[in-house]
Amino acid sequence: MSRGTAPLLPDGLVVVVKRECETCRMVAPLLAEIGATVYTQDDPAFPEGVPAIHDEELAVSWHHEIETVPTLIRVVGGVEVERTVGWARADWQRITGVTGLGADLPVMRPGCGSMSVDPDLEHHLAARFGGSALHSRRIELADLDDDIEAMFDRGFSDGLPVVPPTEERVLRMLTGTTRSPQDVVAVVPPDLVEVTVEKVAVNAVMAGCLPEHLPWVIAAVEAVCTDEFNIHGVLATTMPVGPVLICNGPGTRAVGMNSGVNVLGQGNRANLTIGRAVQLVVRNVGGGRPGEVDRAAHGNPGKLSFCFAEREQDSPFTSLAVSRGFAPSADTVTVFAGEGPRCIVDQKARTAEELANAFAACLRTLHSPKLVLAFDAVLVVGPEHARVFAEAGWDRDRLLAELHARLQIPGSELVHGAMGIADGVPEHLRDATLPKFRDGGILLVHAGGGAGLFSAIIGGWANGATGSHPVTKEVHR
Amino acid sequence: MTRILLDPTGERSVPHREPLPRPASLHGQVIGLLDISKPRGDVFLNRLEELLTGAGAVVRRYRKPTFTKPAPVDLRHEIATQCTLVIEALAD
Repeated sequence: MSRGTAPLLPDGLVVVVKRECETCRMVAPLLAEIGATVYTQDDPAFPEGVPAIHDEELAVSWHHEIETVPTLIRVVGGVEVERTVGWARADWQRITGVTGLGADLPVMRPGCGSMSVDPDLEHHLAARFGGSALHSRRIELADLDDDIEAMFDRGFSDGLPVVPPTEERVLRMLTGTTRSPQDVVAVVPPDLVEVTVEKVAVNAVMAGCLPEHLPWVIAAVEAVCTDEFNIHGVLATTMPVGPVLICNGPGTRAVGMNSGVNVLGQGNRANLTIGRAVQLVVRNVGGGRPGEVDRAAHGNPGKLSFCFAEREQDSPFTSLAVSRGFAPSADTVTVFAGEGPRCIVDQKARTAEELANAFAACLRTLHSPKLVLAFDAVLVVGPEHARVFAEAGWDRDRLLAELHARLQIPGSELVHGAMGIADGVPEHLRDATLPKFRDGGILLVHAGGGAGLFSAIIGGWANGATGSHPVTKEVHR
Repeated sequence: MTRILLDPTGERSVPHREPLPRPASLHGQVIGLLDISKPRGDVFLNRLEELLTGAGAVVRRYRKPTFTKPAPVDLRHEIATQCTLVIEALAD
């Protein structure tokens, strides 16, 4: 059976059955009486006494969307006009026109699942018969090729093995979204190539995603490809930043993202594969590869994948997404051009003021204690630190205001040469007071394990119009 | 057994392109100098302008709004239609 050609059903009555189904065995004696064309899925010798056609490849069942056996169909002029599934005596009598058909049978019996919707088979069948819906160029591997090595050889990998994107896997991935495979998601820098839902799905397969992760990958790809986020610049810079994905909303729990223990680390499939898929799209579709347009002097391990969820369920703070104007019920991805995380240690502070002092002192050194206003930061407040602020009645706005107040720095400490450090601001600003961060330049997120008086800072890249601005997109299935 | 995989790339086929022949002389050439807005790029380009003008070339200066983003389409078009050669000061 060649892909894409639906086998026509003959005119008259058509019945699809399998021997394994008790209801099929019950109706089998009626099939000769009604003169139906019978397709049998599992056993060519079933039903006895009727010349059944063996739907061995399940092509007829797949193309005609048989979900239940028995299915009775009436066909006129090659077109289906009526069908019933299982045994419903009145329906069978009406469709066949045989009065009194099965009078000695029960009024109704449910059927069984069609082999064509067997979970072990359906994606194989979809690839075999429906694969033409996919437009990507096919790559044929030879018998002796190792699939994983072949992917490395072609430059498709980020340095770790990728899952080979077979038609079956890509079709299964596409069940995670209601969007058409050929919908264009974004134009991906640096090569400025249009990326379709299908291409995102191919790379999501390679990253190890499940279908329910795909909408998150799509939203993140949309976000990183905006002019505001500026993935071209994020790639091209010699600084060590990459896209950091911060996920909010009830869907983060539904797809199993981690917001707790080891939140920025390894071990959670959703976090790791969603972040990795976005980077694979940038690499494979956009052409953003290290040593080419990606000119990072050092990079950071998060450029493989850096994605996590906010711990909203017991947070004393308004979530990042809500603070950026989204509803608490919305699923969102915020992308931030960030480096690797660094730890804030303070195990002694018992007042909000003391802890804010420690946070501010650590934040001040971001990238250089001499540089101000040029960089944003994500501040990941751990639950034990958050409790100190909550007990003092500090909400998100209060904590950020207290931090900004502590991060007003005398120009005398920042000018060229101060602290014996050449870098800094021009001499004419010696008498000015300069803020370390621009307004909104600290993105507060609540995340981490329940034990440990620690928080984390994720430093950003150049902010503003010539750098990168954080972008939030809503996730739609 | 033969396996079929889907190409994960943007499927751009990049044809091999031969560079244009070197000009025999700079005299009379219109040379665009593109400043990408990195610090001190202008110092380098000012010196180049002196040298090229001295060699009989006509120099036109251009500037990208920011080095972090690709040159706008209009700017690329302007350079392509106004110049016979272009030099880009890539970084500081």
